[in-house]
Amino acid sequence: MVAGSRGPAEGKATRPIRILIGKPGLDGHDRGAKVVAAGLRDAGMEVIYTGLHQTPEMIVTAAVQEDVDVVGLSILSGAHLTLFPRVKQLLSSQGRDDILVIGGGIIPQDDIDKLEAQGVARLFGPGTSTDDIVDFVTMWIQSQTA
Amino acid sequence: MKHDEAHEIWRGQYDKAGKRNVDFVTQSSAEVEPLYTPSDLAGFDPSGQLSDPGSYPYTRGIHPTMYRGRLWTMRQFSGFGTAVDTNGRYTFLLVRGQTGLSVAFDFPTLMGYDSDSPRSEGEVGKCGVAISSLEDMETMFDGIPMEQVSTSMTINGPAAMLFCFYVAAAERQGADISKLRGTVQNDILKEYQAQHAWVFPVEPALKIIVDMFEWASEHTPQWNTISISGYHIREAGSTAVQELAFTLANGFEYVERAVAAGLDVDDFAPRLSFFWDVHNDFFEEIAKMRAARRIWARHMRERYGAKKTRSEMMRFHCQTAGVSLTAQQPMNNVVRVAYQAMAAALAGAQSLHTNSLDETLALPTEGAVKLALRTQQILAHETGVANVMDPLGGSYYVESMTNRMEQEAENLFEQINKLGGVVRGIEGGWYQRQIAQSALRFQHEVEQHRRVVVGVNDFMDQDGEELEILKVSEAADTTQRERLASLRARRDNGRVEECLVALREAAERDENVIPPMLDCARSYCTLYEMRHALEAVYGAYREPVFF
Repeated sequence: MVAGSRGPAEGKATRPIRILIGKPGLDGHDRGAKVVAAGLRDAGMEVIYTGLHQTPEMIVTAAVQEDVDVVGLSILSGAHLTLFPRVKQLLSSQGRDDILVIGGGIIPQDDIDKLEAQGVARLFGPGTSTDDIVDFVTMWIQSQTA
Repeated sequence: MKHDEAHEIWRGQYDKAGKRNVDFVTQSSAEVEPLYTPSDLAGFDPSGQLSDPGSYPYTRGIHPTMYRGRLWTMRQFSGFGTAVDTNGRYTFLLVRGQTGLSVAFDFPTLMGYDSDSPRSEGEVGKCGVAISSLEDMETMFDGIPMEQVSTSMTINGPAAMLFCFYVAAAERQGADISKLRGTVQNDILKEYQAQHAWVFPVEPALKIIVDMFEWASEHTPQWNTISISGYHIREAGSTAVQELAFTLANGFEYVERAVAAGLDVDDFAPRLSFFWDVHNDFFEEIAKMRAARRIWARHMRERYGAKKTRSEMMRFHCQTAGVSLTAQQPMNNVVRVAYQAMAAALAGAQSLHTNSLDETLALPTEGAVKLALRTQQILAHETGVANVMDPLGGSYYVESMTNRMEQEAENLFEQINKLGGVVRGIEGGWYQRQIAQSALRFQHEVEQHRRVVVGVNDFMDQDGEELEILKVSEAADTTQRERLASLRARRDNGRVEECLVALREAAERDENVIPPMLDCARSYCTLYEMRHALEAVYGAYREPVFF
């Protein structure tokens, strides 16, 4: 299977992987989010970018409406311990634990451990290659459809 | 042997020899020649293009003495937690020889929210200090004489409101406000383009900035009313030339707005200041800042008819490139910062912030900030760079690069004009696209190994370096909520309401909003209360979303 697409599973027809890139909170640093969004698009995924200054509620509403497979969150303001788990909880409360939540930003290792324990599947730090993110998402989708 | 013949011999040798398999380009992907010679400076006119330091067009610096008269200001940008926490950090830095203060605000403050606003949850005091009212500002400067220190405040969307808190706090200390020295960033155009901490739509935001120019020229004549900033444009991904041109075009836009509002260019232009990023490419950065001074002086004199020399002089602050720091092998960042700082000194900066090695991980620890400050002190006192003005002036390479960047900036000014100007460029997302494309190109170069980033895509270590990082107390949130609740209970709420109505009415009547805003600050109106009052008239900005 080519990177960026998913096989038939859970009643869904074959289609490209759909991913929502969200910027929760107030920080305006979108360089990383935009570079990652473009990298995922170039790998064949369908990417929806929310724009800046989103609340977790706005992001989850968009993710559910757009029926995405993955939500990727970017925070560089230090508010990650509040906002990442909130997105995860809101998805859960809508019965959408099937949506993979990943993230990136300026996040210390201690906090990465805490967030992964709360269900954020993976946090990508500074210096990450977009290929690593593409690979992680593709492998996860494959593991879901296997 | 004539020089041309010798040059031909060299060229033959160079062309025949093997070269390393890398792109010989700058940090901004601009190609560079292997050698620069007199032929690269054909038509060069040292008296017209360079002159001497302190003389038009100021290519070599704005002061006749430069660092022999006074070293650059060592100004470390800092702030975290509550006003009490930040007051402690400022005292620490002043005692260790820092010569100016620079306030980093948290995101709620940057966006005009109070610490107890619902949107502020999780963000209070996280990457800067939380300042929601005059009371917080008074606490932050407790024991620091505001009439004597010079303070820079990085605030844009709600810049006028924080400036009013500052003026009101100085009044409370009994300071003569006409002696206040410092800078408020107040550069909203680059917020829409790159940094993204906006509040109001473009037109009312520009109107408030012109109000500040007008009010400050009369009441706080030593205060820099704006710091026209390339830093954030560059950090968001632009090239050096884009940083140069976009920033100067923004500067021209502010000048034109103020002149259109009836201000005399020589009344406000002497208080315009600039802020550049100093990135990794040593010579490109130096050339950029030399070109910036020359372009600004020429446009101010020839296009805007400035008569005062201070209106033509570009004074600027620099910060080393945050985006060049790596989370991998963070000790390496000390070296990057030192080279970048040296470029700033060789370019004739008026003030400098050196980043701390741990800033890709968190806000810096005291130890890391001290090392960053010491880096500047070693540069200033031990390397000899402060002895001679513009020591790279006359270098074939630096002069030809300065000329090239000047020309490329002029080309971009023309392109912006064709788009319909700066505001049109913002509303159509042109700047945002240009910057994002440059960021993406850089990322591709790194991922394709056409560019080496030490410790990231080459020279990697298996073992990570463990660094102790600063943890901002979660208590800031609670403390701020309590402080605000107490303030709201204690203050004269009738007076607060009157002041907010007066502010809104001034906005409706299109009057200068600074006097009623200062009354709001003095009466302990909060930041969000002021934002809310003005939003009722001006509305809020909505960004064009794309990637």
